[in-house]
Amino acid sequence: MKMNMLPEGFRPFVKADDYLKYPRKSIPIVYAQNQGPKLQTSIKEIFDILGIKDGMTLSFHHHLRNGDEVLNMVMREIQARNLKNITLAPSSLFPNQRLMCELIENGNVTRIYTNYLNGDIGKTICQGKMKDLLIMDTHGGRSYAIESGDIKIDVAFIATPCCDQEGNGHGKIGPSACGSLGYAIPDMLYAKRKVAVTDYLVPSVEDPEIQGRYIDYVLKVDKLGEQSGIVSGTTKITRDPIGLKIASDTAKLLDKLGLIENGFSMQTGAGGTTLAVAKYVRDLMIKKGVKAKFACGGITGYFVQMLEEGLIEDLYDVQCFDLEAVRSIGVNSNHHAISAFEYANPYEENARANQLDFVILGATEIDLDFNVNVTTTSHGLVIGGSGGHADTAHGAKVSIIVTPLIKTRIPIIKERVTTITTPGEDIDILVTEQGIAINPLRQDLLSKLQNSKLKIYTIEELYKKALAMTGVPSPLKRSEDVVGLVRYRDQTVIDFLYRI
Amino acid sequence: MKVGLAGSLESNDCLITVEEHDSLEIVIESIVYDFFSTQIKKVIMDTLNELKISHLKVFCNDKGALDYTIKARLITAIRRMEKL
Amino acid sequence: MSRSYLFIPANRPGMMQSAACFSADAVIFDLEDSVAITEKDSARILLQEFLTANTFDYEVVVRINSLDQNDGILDLETIVGPKVDAIMLPKATVENVQKLAYRLANFEKARKINKEIAIIPLVETAIGVLEVEEIVCLDRVKGILLGAEDLTSDMEIERNKTGEEITYPRARIAFACHAAKVEAIDTPFTDVNDDEGLVADALRARKLGMTGKSAIHPNQIPVINEIYAPSEKQIAQALRIVEAASIHQGVFSLDGNMIDKPIIDRSEKIISKAKRYDLL
Repeated sequence: MKMNMLPEGFRPFVKADDYLKYPRKSIPIVYAQNQGPKLQTSIKEIFDILGIKDGMTLSFHHHLRNGDEVLNMVMREIQARNLKNITLAPSSLFPNQRLMCELIENGNVTRIYTNYLNGDIGKTICQGKMKDLLIMDTHGGRSYAIESGDIKIDVAFIATPCCDQEGNGHGKIGPSACGSLGYAIPDMLYAKRKVAVTDYLVPSVEDPEIQGRYIDYVLKVDKLGEQSGIVSGTTKITRDPIGLKIASDTAKLLDKLGLIENGFSMQTGAGGTTLAVAKYVRDLMIKKGVKAKFACGGITGYFVQMLEEGLIEDLYDVQCFDLEAVRSIGVNSNHHAISAFEYANPYEENARANQLDFVILGATEIDLDFNVNVTTTSHGLVIGGSGGHADTAHGAKVSIIVTPLIKTRIPIIKERVTTITTPGEDIDILVTEQGIAINPLRQDLLSKLQNSKLKIYTIEELYKKALAMTGVPSPLKRSEDVVGLVRYRDQTVIDFLYRI
Repeated sequence: MKVGLAGSLESNDCLITVEEHDSLEIVIESIVYDFFSTQIKKVIMDTLNELKISHLKVFCNDKGALDYTIKARLITAIRRMEKL
Repeated sequence: MSRSYLFIPANRPGMMQSAACFSADAVIFDLEDSVAITEKDSARILLQEFLTANTFDYEVVVRINSLDQNDGILDLETIVGPKVDAIMLPKATVENVQKLAYRLANFEKARKINKEIAIIPLVETAIGVLEVEEIVCLDRVKGILLGAEDLTSDMEIERNKTGEEITYPRARIAFACHAAKVEAIDTPFTDVNDDEGLVADALRARKLGMTGKSAIHPNQIPVINEIYAPSEKQIAQALRIVEAASIHQGVFSLDGNMIDKPIIDRSEKIISKAKRYDLL
């Protein structure tokens, strides 16, 4: 499919800030339609009362991650009723939701909107088994897609770990506590009907993140999810020597660029090498006596530690990745849950993503124009998705990709990425263990690094370095059958997903 | 039947098995097959030519080994086979 | 003069190909203890192909097997070439270092190798320690590595993290090496998860006069490089002294301190080290 053959309702990507030419569009906020008692105990009843039928769009958040049982429960009910042509809009999909493969193959589910997809579902869709398209948005983009009515949600199922009978709740306590519920806020405000799902009913809730005035029904279930799948025990910093070297060089780079000074703000990814950068940044902060204004994004125990040490003033949390983060959000007044809007809605000028001094991100591929792929493998199989990648890359003053130059004989640098997730104009720096490349669009950064001891190359030079070691990989033949779309933050289509 | 084995299935290595054979047969399995099977075959062929070997069965189970590793493991496997 | 020597098993291609990233001044490709007996042939062939296929920014050292065994002889036959900077000889004595020097000379001639491959004797026996003053004077010897695990085993004494038991061999080796103007390389710190212990151990050895330290894990390199390099302060001060010395004649005063020739010489050594380690 070419960009000039896009299905109706989809526009092609132009450039990162093109959307500013168009006014912000917001559909009216939808308050609870149900004025009577809200408490229900059976998903069947919910389906009956709400008249859930063929062709509807149902949405979910992913704060219960790989332990989520709410989407599974709804899928089983869809199966039982053999509903057809359902569109699902879960903010992410994880391996334990593989029941989806059956629903796709049987035509129950024909379209999916999501921001991140890992597991068997990716394979099923990339094999061309879903009738309609997989549409991948960014976390910030999804919030605007819902706000603007691009994604029209009939029923939003909002897993709420702690909830009262009116639908006021949050994720801070309960057997399935998961911390922030930030990705559910757009669904809460704009879906036609809202069902708060909980396994922990309480008489009342102070300071609710989910507000009862938007909630039609409260579904009480036995178990929202498997604790062990909801959050990791603790997210660990990598001990891999190459990852540590990359992280250490990144911290030196940040310092040289003047980004580790009092009042700075940062975001890193949740695991491995990106988190190791946080460790070296922390060491520098202690050495220099520097304090950060805030850290945001998906929060892990490492940042909680820095908060509690007084190294960071505030944490703005759109998702808790581990038990430490969940604990902290419940007890630390300067650990704030924020919504997807506040985090990264493209039309929110003061979104946290726009206030970041720097963000540390990963990649499966990067090309000579600095376009980054975090959505597919080099074969085109969907194994991830933007999440907040494209949002923070655009918003942060400096965005840095950290990755080994070569992963088992495959260079991370390509002439052209298999799938564009984040456009090169938003990616400033690539740090590998063999050297660093700066986007030529950032002459300001290049001039700051002129006298640095760090090994700075052009991306073409790094690419040649990699090829000299690995040999030139044979080009892959790819199908032209489109199974999905990759959308930028403003819902324009930046790339296609093809059958594998 | 004389057989030689060298290398490992560790990341960036390959396990090469060679067997006496009345013709040349090369079988390659690789985690990067689509990208490098042509190159892997070339390295094996070039090495066999250097050693002036025209009849051999070679099985290469590759985990992303670079060219010099494939060459080294092949030479070692052949030497081990010849020692038997 | 290298601050850090990173041990890499010569039968692990994944580790060999990433050795260059860790900023070790020297890498010791090990054909001896880290390679199983049944894999010695595989390792030496792999190392030889690896060396042929690559170029190196760091010093290339190869630890061969003992020359008393066939493996050691085959190691030399297979890997001696222009890419090798030094051979590390286990259980070094005056006698076996001389034998190695003789063999290397023959290889260089036969293979038309245009450099002199150095020898780093690994002193890890009581005899080796007692012979160290003689060993350092032998041809091609560019430094001594202390092998404390085998040495304490030979001595039948306990080996501890705090290293009191090796204070004597460390000092003796350091003195002998300094007298002969060769490198004194310390034994590795074997607990790869104990970062604080590594720092303490590296400092202890440096204070006794060792000029560098070996490492068994890449994560140890940054610490070792820092401890065995002149500090930022030392470098800045050395620059000041050398600059002042270019203006003054003879002995002079700087910041109220008397600066004479030994101090100027020491400052010049610091600056040349700083240049070598890319700190200037």
